[in-house]
Amino acid sequence: MLEIKNLHARIAEDGTEIIRGLDLTVKAGEVAAIMGPNGSGKSTLSYVLTGREDYEVTEGDILYNGESILEMDVSERAASGIFLAFQYPVEIPGVATMQFLKVAMNEQRKARGEDELSTPDFIRKVKEAAAELKIDMDMLKRPLNVGFSGGEKKRAEILQMALLEPNLCILDETDSGLDIDALKIVADGVNALRSPDRAIVVITHYQRLLDYIVPDSVHVLYKGRVIESGQKELALELEKNGYANIIEKAA
Amino acid sequence: MNVQSKKPITAAEQSLLDRYAERRKERQGNASLTALRDGLVHEFDQTGLPGRRIETWHYTDLRTLLKFVPEGFSPETGASAKPLLSDAIVLSARVGGQDSAMPEGMAVSSFNELLTSANATDLLESKRPDDFIGRVNSIFVDGGSVIDVSKGVKLEKPVELQNAASGGHLHTRMSVNIGDGAEGTFIERQIATDTADSFVSSITDLTVGKSAVVTWIISQERGDTDTHLGQINIRLGEDARLMLFIANAGGHLVRQEVHVTADGENSDFALRGVNLLGGDSHTDITMEYDHLVANCVSTETIRNVVFDRARGVFQGQIRVAQIAQKTDAKMACNTLLLSDEGEFFSKPELEIFADDVQCGHGATVADIDENHLFYLKARGISDSKARAMLVNAFISEIVEDLENEDLVEAFEQRFSEWLTRHA
Ligand SMILES: Nc1ncnc2c1ncn2[C@@H]1O[C@H](COP(=O)(O)OP(=O)(O)OP(=O)(O)O)[C@@H](O)[C@H]1O
Ligand SMILES: [Mg+2]
Repeated sequence: MLEIKNLHARIAEDGTEIIRGLDLTVKAGEVAAIMGPNGSGKSTLSYVLTGREDYEVTEGDILYNGESILEMDVSERAASGIFLAFQYPVEIPGVATMQFLKVAMNEQRKARGEDELSTPDFIRKVKEAAAELKIDMDMLKRPLNVGFSGGEKKRAEILQMALLEPNLCILDETDSGLDIDALKIVADGVNALRSPDRAIVVITHYQRLLDYIVPDSVHVLYKGRVIESGQKELALELEKNGYANIIEKAA
Repeated sequence: MNVQSKKPITAAEQSLLDRYAERRKERQGNASLTALRDGLVHEFDQTGLPGRRIETWHYTDLRTLLKFVPEGFSPETGASAKPLLSDAIVLSARVGGQDSAMPEGMAVSSFNELLTSANATDLLESKRPDDFIGRVNSIFVDGGSVIDVSKGVKLEKPVELQNAASGGHLHTRMSVNIGDGAEGTFIERQIATDTADSFVSSITDLTVGKSAVVTWIISQERGDTDTHLGQINIRLGEDARLMLFIANAGGHLVRQEVHVTADGENSDFALRGVNLLGGDSHTDITMEYDHLVANCVSTETIRNVVFDRARGVFQGQIRVAQIAQKTDAKMACNTLLLSDEGEFFSKPELEIFADDVQCGHGATVADIDENHLFYLKARGISDSKARAMLVNAFISEIVEDLENEDLVEAFEQRFSEWLTRHA
């Protein structure tokens, strides 16, 4: 589903290279975990995948369902089924959460040539998904993410993911800021989306999340490259020994 | 000898002088009124249009901005436009006559009748030396309404006053008195019913009585080539509450002045302004608020969205007299600048002579937040739609302060229509 080949990307503004020859393949149905020290380029990779204009791809390619997406803009990529659950979801005053959800769902449906949702259908869908994630409907009456607690923001991201039903889900540190119960609820929400035609990329620092969302593969990102790949046991090893051995081995 | 070299007369100045000469022949008023007008015209002949050297007109230099003034006068068309709120009582601001049944406790009469009375000149006497709008209106005014809401009357339906221009001159005056304890919502619709160029001056004198609660809305919807000079003069009584909402979404050269005097304690004044500016337009809101008594609260929030080569101005001057202790005044002017060629000037001024007060002001100018835009687009919302959502979000915070569902909905719709045409 996702093939990243020798990807090089830099900050558009000052030309600093952050992603330096990254290779990664994630198949449909697979859950891939990406780990790596602070500043290794994990969030940057998620932004490059979603098409953020602050970064320029200088070499290599990103194939999604076999086709390069480098020429597609952010909203086209999203409408084609790529979803990023943000590490830091932004607060947008003045935009009502419900209205935002409705516009997003309908814009994506429109892009796929489907009919718009009726208001009752829309509300029913939101209510169902919110109940699964134990999100209070009152929270959704507020402006988008405004005043949401750290954990509420993360839950709201997963709510959006559940409603938009993407094919490629990228979760950037969705576990950070969640309490123990919320972690379980969010993990259940993600697991519910696991399916043979959907790929999930989970960026995390901790094994804890991977106890709930058990990955099929684990990749270590360091200085903008994948320096080690393995199975779920790799995460356990990292938890125990840290990154030093692997970094040394790769050097 | 003090010889002042007179500036060359501009085409607009000449046109105004010619129009007056023409009018003077046609119009029969009482002699004292004519004398007053002659005096004002003579003075205008000497000073000309206000230019950048007059402080309050510095950013709205009419000598250069007012390129020409259309000839002729706008015929009276009555209140024919669809009201903003469907249940409104609709009146023509120019006639003052009652088209529809008036609610009990509200009386409406014609300003022109008042003008024929003996003390008419008092009505038109100019209060401030830099008051060009007052002067031009006094020279030309030929229509208006006088509204009186009796003590304690609570108007259930909103009152819409339509001041419709259909090309040429239009000079209107409204004199509104809200009795003690009365309540009501008034919408001053400054509309164009024709694409022909109009030159409008419109003055509202509003007195809000003791403990009265009023929402006054000025919806300026003039045509793309029109000049609109508006002024509202407000007196706030003790414990009075006034929400003044100004929506500028039209016109070519626009100035709306707001002059407030709080002369009873504990009044609460809120000014909310939305300026949607596009094309080559120039739009100015100038507010001046005199706190003469203690314990008054005022908040002013202006939000501007600037497209194309449009220019906007907000001048807010708050004066707190020495006896006006415990004054609480907050002023903010925020601009979303969506074009490199657009401009917005914000000039807040606080003159405080009392020591126990809370006064503050702030101004910001920004483009759309790229982080916000990315977030919306990352959910599949197209660039243009995402931008429109963020612009709407920026102004909706102000519109919501109207705290009335029907009004909020009406303005959200009006603004989003404007934005669809300009984005
Ligand atoms: N727009 C930017 N401007 C400047 N520096 C940037 C920018 N984007 C990324 N960087 C830098 O690139 C490096 C990688 O950042 P990134 O956020 O991708 O790391 P990360 O692996 O997600 O880290 P963390 O685990 O702390 O979230 C960091 O050194 C960061 O400071
Ligand atoms: Mg990160």
